[in-house]
Amino acid sequence: MINKFVPDLQTAIADVHDGAVMMLGGFGSVGMPDQLIEAVADKGVRDLTLIANNAGAAFGGMAVLLQKRAVEKVVCSYPRSANSTFFVDLYREGKIKLELVPQGTLAERIRAAAAGIPAFFTPTGAGTQLGAGKETREINGKLCVLEQALFADFALLESWEADRFGNLTYRLAGRNFNPIMAGAAKTTIVQTQHIAGPEGIAADDVMTPGIFVNRVVHIPYGDPVL
Amino acid sequence: MPDTLTPIKTLTREQMAARLAQDIPEGWYVNLGIGAPTLVANYVSADREVIFHSENGLLGVGPAPAPDAVEPWLINAGKQYITLVQGASTFDSAESFGIIRGGHLDLAVLGGYEVAENGDLANWSTGANDAGPAVGGAMDLGAGAKQVWVLMDHTTKSGQPKLVERCSYPLTALGSVTRVYTNMAVIDVTPDGFVLRDAAPGLTFDDIQARTGATLRRG
Repeated sequence: MINKFVPDLQTAIADVHDGAVMMLGGFGSVGMPDQLIEAVADKGVRDLTLIANNAGAAFGGMAVLLQKRAVEKVVCSYPRSANSTFFVDLYREGKIKLELVPQGTLAERIRAAAAGIPAFFTPTGAGTQLGAGKETREINGKLCVLEQALFADFALLESWEADRFGNLTYRLAGRNFNPIMAGAAKTTIVQTQHIAGPEGIAADDVMTPGIFVNRVVHIPYGDPVL
Repeated sequence: MPDTLTPIKTLTREQMAARLAQDIPEGWYVNLGIGAPTLVANYVSADREVIFHSENGLLGVGPAPAPDAVEPWLINAGKQYITLVQGASTFDSAESFGIIRGGHLDLAVLGGYEVAENGDLANWSTGANDAGPAVGGAMDLGAGAKQVWVLMDHTTKSGQPKLVERCSYPLTALGSVTRVYTNMAVIDVTPDGFVLRDAAPGLTFDDIQARTGATLRRG
């Protein structure tokens, strides 16, 4: 019988290794798999590359990883935060690399990886510093830049509800990057607030099909805190 | 140059936001950037339905909740608690930016450091880099929305024009701005450059031209 649930966080992230490229779901703290990330930090791995929308959390897993100097590089759209300087301090001191990506390009590079599209042209960023050095082409009268799909070794996600097949749902603004990261990594690991009943999630309600998901751990921590 | 100009009375941020809100037609899908553009939502009259989009995957964003009615799973792209209105929908980040990049959004209202007479926008970096660079969805909104309206002061605090011939700050998007709402004027960005559409009460064409870094045309 298929059952993608694992008993605890340590089992869920057991194979995360030094130098791993990890996608982290969430926008701000909503939909952020904090407990999975904290488990990775506790494991003591180093030289990680993190792909996420933000890097500026004042607390939670990402802040712990940054403080432990476990991160070599961050790929994100908005690393600043009103209430934290962990990332900015490391960046100013040259102790962390940053690949800054427009948010929509970040989302589409992740989606493309999951969908088997190795690269795509987009008008976003054309003629700007973030498009500099990239192949360009004028398409339908618009200057476009070639952007590469973004792959990862692991995707760490948070769902609202999960069933044993790895089918997932999300709650309100908790969806964000989670569904597109599922499938863009070799291994997708999910922490879920709720476990679906014995009949599983109804087919029409599934937001991420279980084919994209490898492991699920039940972490009913409650509501995110801004 | 700015020092020699006669002092003038200009609009407040709230008045600028209200002026812009007057021009949004019923039924438009609109993204409001972080900061002053967010104020625009407060001034769309109640008899006009406008649907607000947020980059983190929401259409139908409503006002902030009462303190005792916060839904912790509902924030906007500025990471503030919000509500949803009737007709709202939620989706993932790729679809959210497909809405933007695909030209489905009628309007993006953005802040600005500079707008050039060819519509180029600079609003994400002053190049100084003190806080580390950050871009968010600004480039996607600049490149993708059908209309890009910039809400900003007409000049810097020291009086330097922010409407210019060519941007000096790093660009956000090429040729994308269609209109600028400032504390002095409403200015269309046309193939012929800046065209004055409306002046703040008491201000003349010459007052505004004197504070604009490119040629202004009469509408």
